[in-house]
Amino acid sequence: MLLIPCPWCGRREETEFANGGEAHIARPADPAALSQEEWAAYVFLRDNPKGWMRERWFHAHGCRRWFNLVRHTVTHEIAAAYPPGAPPPPLPGEAA
Amino acid sequence: MTGYRLPAGGAVDRTRPLGFTFDGRDRSGFAGDTLASALIAAGVRVVGRSFKYHRPRGIYSAGPEEPSALVQLGRGPWSEPNVRATQVDLYAGLEASPVNVWPSLRFDAGAINQFLSPLLVAGFYYKTFLGPRGWWRRVYEPAIRRMAGMGKAPDEPDPDLYDHAHVHADLLVVGAGPAGLAAARAAAAAGIRVVLADDGAQAGGDLLTSSATIEGRPGAAWAAETAAALGAMSDVTVLSRTTVLGLYDHGYAVAVERRTDHRPPGACPGHARQRVWHVRAARTIVAAGSHERPLLFAGNDRPGVMLSGAVRTYARRFGVACGRSPVFVTNNDSAYVAAIALADAGVPPVALVDLRPVPPPAASKALADRGVEILAGRVPVAVHGRAGVRGIDVRALDGDRTTGSLRRLECDLVAVSGGWNPAVHLLGQLRAGLTWDEAHATFRPETLPAGLAVAGAAGGTFSLAGCIAAGHAAGEDASAAARGRGGRRPVPATAPEEEAETPLLPFWGLSQGSRGKAFVDLQNDVTAADIALAAREGFHSVEHVKRYTTSGMGTDQGKLGNVTTVALLSRALARPMGETGTTTYRAPYVPVAYGALAGRHVGALFDPERITPIHARHVAAHAVFENVGQWKRPHYFPRNAEDMARAVERECRAVRGAVGMMDASTLGKIEVRGPDAARFLDRFYVNPIASLVVGACRYGVMCREDGMVFDDGVVMRLAPDRFFVTTTTGGAARVLDWFEEWHQTEWPELKVFSTSVTEQWATVAVAGPRSRDVLARLMPEADLSAAAFAFMTFRDVTVAGMPARLARVSFSGELAFEISVEGTLGEAMWDAVAEAGAPFGITPYGTEAMHVLRAEKGFFMVGHETDGTVTPIDLGLERMVAKRKDFLGKRSLSRDDTARSDRKQLVALLPDDPGTLLDEGAQLVDEAVLRTPMPMVGHVTSSYRSAALGRTFALALIRNGRARIGERVYAPLVRPAAGEMMVSAVIAEPVLYDPSGARRDG
Repeated sequence: MLLIPCPWCGRREETEFANGGEAHIARPADPAALSQEEWAAYVFLRDNPKGWMRERWFHAHGCRRWFNLVRHTVTHEIAAAYPPGAPPPPLPGEAA
Repeated sequence: MTGYRLPAGGAVDRTRPLGFTFDGRDRSGFAGDTLASALIAAGVRVVGRSFKYHRPRGIYSAGPEEPSALVQLGRGPWSEPNVRATQVDLYAGLEASPVNVWPSLRFDAGAINQFLSPLLVAGFYYKTFLGPRGWWRRVYEPAIRRMAGMGKAPDEPDPDLYDHAHVHADLLVVGAGPAGLAAARAAAAAGIRVVLADDGAQAGGDLLTSSATIEGRPGAAWAAETAAALGAMSDVTVLSRTTVLGLYDHGYAVAVERRTDHRPPGACPGHARQRVWHVRAARTIVAAGSHERPLLFAGNDRPGVMLSGAVRTYARRFGVACGRSPVFVTNNDSAYVAAIALADAGVPPVALVDLRPVPPPAASKALADRGVEILAGRVPVAVHGRAGVRGIDVRALDGDRTTGSLRRLECDLVAVSGGWNPAVHLLGQLRAGLTWDEAHATFRPETLPAGLAVAGAAGGTFSLAGCIAAGHAAGEDASAAARGRGGRRPVPATAPEEEAETPLLPFWGLSQGSRGKAFVDLQNDVTAADIALAAREGFHSVEHVKRYTTSGMGTDQGKLGNVTTVALLSRALARPMGETGTTTYRAPYVPVAYGALAGRHVGALFDPERITPIHARHVAAHAVFENVGQWKRPHYFPRNAEDMARAVERECRAVRGAVGMMDASTLGKIEVRGPDAARFLDRFYVNPIASLVVGACRYGVMCREDGMVFDDGVVMRLAPDRFFVTTTTGGAARVLDWFEEWHQTEWPELKVFSTSVTEQWATVAVAGPRSRDVLARLMPEADLSAAAFAFMTFRDVTVAGMPARLARVSFSGELAFEISVEGTLGEAMWDAVAEAGAPFGITPYGTEAMHVLRAEKGFFMVGHETDGTVTPIDLGLERMVAKRKDFLGKRSLSRDDTARSDRKQLVALLPDDPGTLLDEGAQLVDEAVLRTPMPMVGHVTSSYRSAALGRTFALALIRNGRARIGERVYAPLVRPAAGEMMVSAVIAEPVLYDPSGARRDG
């Protein structure tokens, strides 16, 4: 069970949180202007990397705030936690 | 009948005899015994039958790896199946019986399976029981379940208490053997918080049987003193009888402490029988020791064949000899230590058979000095004696073949050692990298995730001095990491017993020259031949071989046989061991009782129950409740022993004919407030919300981004910047989360707050043509006419002297009002409405009547008519869907798939026989004659008997259904009396009752 560093509450048990999938998927400004494929990619397609990933978490049974996490999907190492809207930090091993 | 109690020795209290029963016979042991040591001392040899061949089996080990001595413990509600006798501390009056012995331990009809064994090879489940059709369910499975029984689950509720404890620590040490004690002591000296967990009743591990000294003290005494000193430190928690079941990420560990299992059942009322520990530690040191490996030879499962380390443990720790004339068989030095221990205890071994051509010089001299013959370069080829060893045959070993003449050794105990496997299970759970250690012919940990360390035999260090040094160093590292200092104490000095002199000889059985079964996994009856067969049949992955042969799938999870399985598979496929690898390690390390995992979350505490402020009134009215999420809602209110159908019919007639009242407090309620509240809500609902005027309400539907209906409810505008939103009862939390998610992650610029107010309000729905008359009695001054108080408006008023919000909304199609008051006034309002409605025969109704009434009107219900694949268009709500604004999911409604004309659409169904009730969930087909396969065209989503319609009806989702009104479909149904039948029904418009909506205004 992960120990997740909520940017507002500090480290808390994973059971207090809900995972919200891949981060930084912005909702298109004008959905009607999108092709079928573009809209489908936004709604349905997500990365599922074996390695570092930026993902959304919700501190559902805590401060009820959303935030982003940089987590390794194999080792579960957590490299960073940052609020929504903050610029995405580089992944470990990636140039800034 | 060969084991016996030695005249002296062991840590048992010979002044305290304890009576117990095994298999119905009275036995006796001593305080300090395990059930296993007491059984061996009592001369019991056969303790169970094997899983597949029903071969007699005896106690094989002295620890958690025990494959054979599984017992049913206790009786009645305290009965517990499949407990390892090696880990049961004896108490007075203990009752145990063997588990897999149908029909009895002595006469076993299943033993016939030995002669059927050609049918029971690897994968026999998949090969043998193929036909005829239907035999699996009727014949094979019941027979297999009876034969392969593994104890019986108790059929009464568990009377014991269990609890859970949470602890945070700088360091968790798993195992209080020499390495674990040294680690904990070194770390605790620096003042960090340490949890030390050990599965034994006493700390010490191997020290409890060793003759070595540490810091000048005998090993067991040093262990006891060290554990006591640690336990006295305020920041150290020492947990005995505590098995760490699993290690998880970020330093999380789960352990189970057996607190009262060493006392008779029920002897400790008020005390938790077991406690589950949740440990969150910055660092973890695994010092879990090692398991001795069996040797592969024909008949290696006979009662009287045991692990040599276990034989030593029983002698030195319990004062029990496992036989009168032992023979040791080994490929490594450790059996010499055991043989010497036995000789010194007064049980001189007949011989020690060493597979290696050159035995270790010092150890063999020590044995020879005690008169024990050493047969080097030999291997057993046969074991004599069915229900107990009477002798073994040995021949010279040449590689994996035998040569030379046969020699028979008369003996009643064969103590084997095939080397030692580090207990890497917990490390493996955390994805530690394992490497094949050629010298010890086993897997040892090589790479460890951050925060995890290993010390002692678990890490492949087998000498006592090495274990102490490794534990000490790991403890120092942990304290240095936590406090930035260490090295405060010297490494404890040891006076070792015999160190290993001669390397181990890897041995994975004979390739020929031996007949009979050589067992890899005793509990699941998997033989060396089974592994070879699986490899020949194309199973190359060790994971596949495990599942195909069932090797390692028993309660011991292959603690004895897994490395041998890997070795045999590698040999069969001629590839390196490391390439074959191990199966995946998963928690729990040993079986754990469900009761312990459940803890206090049982009975009423299993899941929180939510009740409305009016609940007590429903209980007083003898309502039958149903669970809606965590809510208890009145399902119906039976009168005079009515059944559900009659009660629901009466309640429906009351609402349609006069007036009914319902507790609607469970509906989710959210206040959305802020200057941008209108813009915010407009982005969620498919219909316009921003245009709503203050004082009005509007029914709204929400979709996910994929265009599927997510939730629905009524939105009231309380003020320009303030909305009151209701959700479905089950969807309240989901909708609030949905609002928060979009606000925080996508639209943070909107000034708006969403607050759950579900529990702040109590709501009484008053529905029916006389509802206005009821309200008029409660608020005589008010003009409640349709003209003055229009449908879908609300106002804040005083009802029966209470401040209330009164809304004209209807979920039944009748004239209806919803009165909402603050929660504490709920009962008073319920009573006032009941009293005011009495002259009109007001009738409380439950959720079932509510469902019938809404379905008659074609109102869909989220979760009944929708299942995450249904769009608003599918439900016939095209006219609600806003054209000019965007909302979540709008773009998805024009995707190719959602715009198809042949999607399933909401319609009603009228069975041709008005008395036949369709099954909810029934599939619908277009043909009257059942055949398989046949195309499904839809399914029934709701189905009821309608008093108003005088017949049964249903709602259904049918492919292209709206274009098929008047056509007939068929539902294949199974009725107990009639068997399979086809029910025909006609497709109808979804609104069956009052389609013009005339009744809405009364």
